[in-house]
Amino acid sequence: MSHPQAATEFLKDQAKAKWHDETLWFVRDKRDRISKTIPEWEELRNLASQIKENVLSKLDVYLEEFERNAQKNGIQVHWAKDAEEHNQIVFSILQKQKCTAIVKSKSILTEECHLNPYLEKNGIEVVDTDLGERIVQFLNQPPSHIVLPAIHLKKGEIAELFHEKLHTEKGNEDPTYLTHAARLHLREKFLKAKVAITGVNFAVVETGEFVVCTNEGNADMGVHLADVHIACMGIEKIIPRRKDLGVFLRLLARSATGQPVTNYNSHFRSPSPGKEIHLILVDNGRTAQLAREKFRNSLKCIRCGACMNTCPIYRRSGGYSYGSTVPGPIGSILSPGLDMKKHSTLPFASTLCGSCSDVCPVKINIHEQLYEWRQEITKTHGELGKGLSMKLANGIFKSPLAYKISGNLMRTALKTLPKSLIYHPINSWGKGRNLPETPKESFKDWYLKNRK
Amino acid sequence: MNQPTPHIGLFIPCYVDQFYPRVGISTLELLEKFGCRVSYPLGQTCCGQPMANAGYERDTEGTARHFIELFKDFDYIVAPSGSCVLHVKEHFPKLPDLEKEHQDIHDKIFELTEFLTDILKVDNLKGKFPHKVGYHASCHGQRGLRLASSSEMNSTPFNKAKSLLENLEGLEWMTLSRTDECCGFGGTFSVTEEALSLRMGRDRLDDHENHEVEILTGGDMSCIMHLQGIASREGRKVKFMHLAEILNQAIQ
Repeated sequence: MSHPQAATEFLKDQAKAKWHDETLWFVRDKRDRISKTIPEWEELRNLASQIKENVLSKLDVYLEEFERNAQKNGIQVHWAKDAEEHNQIVFSILQKQKCTAIVKSKSILTEECHLNPYLEKNGIEVVDTDLGERIVQFLNQPPSHIVLPAIHLKKGEIAELFHEKLHTEKGNEDPTYLTHAARLHLREKFLKAKVAITGVNFAVVETGEFVVCTNEGNADMGVHLADVHIACMGIEKIIPRRKDLGVFLRLLARSATGQPVTNYNSHFRSPSPGKEIHLILVDNGRTAQLAREKFRNSLKCIRCGACMNTCPIYRRSGGYSYGSTVPGPIGSILSPGLDMKKHSTLPFASTLCGSCSDVCPVKINIHEQLYEWRQEITKTHGELGKGLSMKLANGIFKSPLAYKISGNLMRTALKTLPKSLIYHPINSWGKGRNLPETPKESFKDWYLKNRK
Repeated sequence: MNQPTPHIGLFIPCYVDQFYPRVGISTLELLEKFGCRVSYPLGQTCCGQPMANAGYERDTEGTARHFIELFKDFDYIVAPSGSCVLHVKEHFPKLPDLEKEHQDIHDKIFELTEFLTDILKVDNLKGKFPHKVGYHASCHGQRGLRLASSSEMNSTPFNKAKSLLENLEGLEWMTLSRTDECCGFGGTFSVTEEALSLRMGRDRLDDHENHEVEILTGGDMSCIMHLQGIASREGRKVKFMHLAEILNQAIQ
């Protein structure tokens, strides 16, 4: 389904769409307020952007150095060129451990690689332990937002779901009550799992450690109870020094949810005695993106989701309307690099308003990249009609005489044509909007009479 | 001080020329009231923005070339549109033989309010406009040309339109809940994403209405054409004027 179709569908339930818009606006507003309590906020954004610039400029060198340091710490490092290889590596580790049930804390990378369905097909029970992720997992849905996976659901819907899955009281929508039920349910899963999977927020080159940020402590709970920790990271998650973390951790939670800091920022450096840490470094299209000069900056993303919360389109069309693992503005510049045909409508799902670029903690020029993707997409997937009409328009606008004639024709036509034709259903301007009243003369006509 | 008065080329966006001549007239008269020497080059057409934003920047060489040739000899170029000015500055295709001319134009083209505040240094305007006014910030003016501080950023608040309007006697500047949210016009977006475009427009109108706005104003008629189109279809009471119209009417 194209983005416009999905958005139209989403907007049919007007009350829910309004609620969705207001809920995410609330998060953005919270982010605005807390970011304004940090006088050096804009400097921090600059700094973060520059650190990532440095990382991307010599990613190969950093990755190899990180690998050496991680190995010195006893971490087993794996490289995966794509999603398939990533999934196979995870599965082979599980086979070696004779493990059939795992717990997983939030990792957008594993969503990108479609790890859950792959493992389930191979007989592994996967339990997502982030509350929002567990909720969407119960519904067999992917996350609709990278930080707030179940933001599209109202608490009534969750109460109903928990009543069915966890036997909570029917109609009890109290968030504390529901969360408590989820805790008990997840506790059992934590205790049984021999292997825990986590994502990675930052991998520190100089120390060979990696950092996982959660609010619920579920990554730590899973890892500490399991014998084996598998951490999956995209190769762009590198930062050079531990002290750089100070910049990113100050930006991340404030941008994401308006909190001063995530509740748990856990550093993983070496496995405990008798345990194992496996780290999988995944490319899956990232080096291709790195090679695209106009789009490489998109790899600076730290997955805070602020561009989703601020986007007037995302707020009113929902995460699923994008049909990509990472939705919203950042998803619309990442996804076409993975599959341009499938995601060809995403860069057009924007008014180029630029709010995403102004909110981004690492200063990715998101809206400019949306514009650039449009230029790329029309080269290969331009619909004939659009191309023709644009060429026609260019022909008219290039020539003052042709422009004058067509302008006069247009104004005359709008005055004389019957309304039914102007507001024909195929003319989507007129479905919900009137056209401007047509003046009797153009500015140019007036100017010639009055100033020449 | 015997330098000749700078010569201003008036750039009137194509849809303003065709649909909103009064905005063009107000802009011209307003600049003349400030003593400017203004000419409107008759050969002007469209800047090419609709094509470029639809992904066909490469097909706009002709329009860009035409624009540069037509305006290159003026001291300043002024337009009552942030959006078209931004396009001329940032999104003209590369024209190797006109690189210098384009750079010059980049530096001397201004949206009307920034020309008034930054070049003419207008402050403390004398005039009267006894109405409750709501300001719609066009995104290209707001975040593209930085005509006002953006709500996302931690910077000293400013707003060039407000600094002009707030001195008018009787004018009440109505503060909105969302001061710089997009109206959903977005050029071809308004037809390719029709449902979203309408929803966004209605939400903007609601915000103005909830704050008792009598006249909704802004620096870009494209946003206003969209908002007015919805308001008129839905029988809403709010009225619409371009900033140039308010200023020209208020200042005698």
